[in-house]
Amino acid sequence: MATVYSVRDVHKHFRKGDQELVALRGANLRVEEGNFLVLLGRSGCGKSTLLNLLAGLAAVTSGEIRYRGDPVTGPQTRVGYLTQQDTVMPWRTVLNNVEMPLEVRGVDKPARTAEAMRLIEQVGLGGFEHHYPRELSGGMRRRVSIARMLCSGPETLLLDEPFGALDAQLRGDLQRQLLDLWAGSGRTVVFVTHDIEEALILADRVVVLGPLGAIMLDLAVDLPRPRDGDEIRIQPGYLHLYRALADAIRQASR
Amino acid sequence: MTADKSLSSSPPSPGPEGPGRGLAAHGPLLLPLEQTWWERHRRMVGIHGARLAVLAALLGIWAALSGNVLDPQFFGSPEGVAKSLIDWSVDGTLWRNSWITIQEVVLGFVLGATSGAILAYLIAAIKPLWEVLIPYMLALYSVPKVAVAPLFIIWFGIGLSMKVLLAAISVFFLVFLSTAAGVQNVDEGLKNAVRMMGGSRRDVALKVTLPASMAGLLTGLRMSIPYALIGAVIGELVASNRGLGFLISDSSAQFNTSGVFAALVVLAVIAGVLNMLVNVFDRWANRWKPLDSGD
Repeated sequence: MATVYSVRDVHKHFRKGDQELVALRGANLRVEEGNFLVLLGRSGCGKSTLLNLLAGLAAVTSGEIRYRGDPVTGPQTRVGYLTQQDTVMPWRTVLNNVEMPLEVRGVDKPARTAEAMRLIEQVGLGGFEHHYPRELSGGMRRRVSIARMLCSGPETLLLDEPFGALDAQLRGDLQRQLLDLWAGSGRTVVFVTHDIEEALILADRVVVLGPLGAIMLDLAVDLPRPRDGDEIRIQPGYLHLYRALADAIRQASR
Repeated sequence: MTADKSLSSSPPSPGPEGPGRGLAAHGPLLLPLEQTWWERHRRMVGIHGARLAVLAALLGIWAALSGNVLDPQFFGSPEGVAKSLIDWSVDGTLWRNSWITIQEVVLGFVLGATSGAILAYLIAAIKPLWEVLIPYMLALYSVPKVAVAPLFIIWFGIGLSMKVLLAAISVFFLVFLSTAAGVQNVDEGLKNAVRMMGGSRRDVALKVTLPASMAGLLTGLRMSIPYALIGAVIGELVASNRGLGFLISDSSAQFNTSGVFAALVVLAVIAGVLNMLVNVFDRWANRWKPLDSGD
């Protein structure tokens, strides 16, 4: 399988006054095509920093990140990024938010409206296309963000704790929906979370990150698909995987 | 000021959803309400009625006191003010002088607001430039604009342009500072979202910074309306032979207290109309704000 991302010996420092904050020290990672990779770690382990670097929104201090062999120098439209916070434009309606990537690319109005409406239906927001984000619930806004991300037709998705702020039921629904959208699409996904259960529901492969982006564990998740949050816990092997991940996280914080 | 990021922006909890893989949207339900005209407008009618009652009460107290407790020579009287307004509107004094002041206020407001907003967008976006210039801007902002009037008379004479510019610089700083604050508080996440779409700097400026900073601009516009009036009237008080400021100084020179009050009433009416215009613009520009976040 082709390598989508290769991260080699990446350091990332932030300047803060006359001090330097080290977020990543010698991080290494390979992301394979079509893989659902979950980066698991406690907050502060540099996983969001790493995702920002993969997205091209920040530059590495040293080291190298390549996307399909080319160095990452900035954001690219074939990569979609869903952040922890909502970044829908509050002054745009659902429809105008979702079609925004195509608008930026210069696609004409009828074509981008058609594509946006298709995606709005797909994420279950049909009928709400003329509402403003603040008239929607948190879960509905997440769906808008997902639809917008998909609107540019990205081949790789970066998701940074996208369902962290939602209640358990809603998180379960959106996880299922994300898996439905991903299954058979051939897309590569890098998903950041601190939730072991979420990692096991979603991932083909879980990488546990320790302090400064050190890899504590690189684990293949061979649980059968399609997976379901309610049933995964009684799968044979689940407990074993869960314990391995929990141990790795505990070790990381030592 | 309206808070840009209301934390409690999530509408009521989503409704129940069936099991399975249903993709139905969670969210509140919209229902049309059957209301009569009276049910819909009861609150506003009550508020307007109460406002009129307050005005009537104040005028009544004034009328009752003037003549026995308050000397009309010093405190005027509602009848005197009404008489002045009628006399002036009959002989045209009112319209002529109001028109002059309105011109000064509107021209000054437009000039100051446009230059303030444009400069704010240019300077606030470039951080080093902002850091160099901001102490000077704050210092100039703090200078009482009356103190500049003599200088403006030397430069521009005592005509209309002097008052327009006096109104304009009062408006300029308020709009500039308020808009700049709006530009600088734009959520970095929204900008990054447009960058991820492959957006250029221009896309970020037009599709994020401009709309996001609209709230700051509007706050500036709203705050600066009284200052446009103050600038123009100060200019007229310092040196002029027409305008509402002139009417005030002329009436007071003749010890015509009712005339002074009459001119003040007209100024208040002009300010009220300007405020209403900004409110209309405000409602249009902020139509995406929460429908009703009160409960």
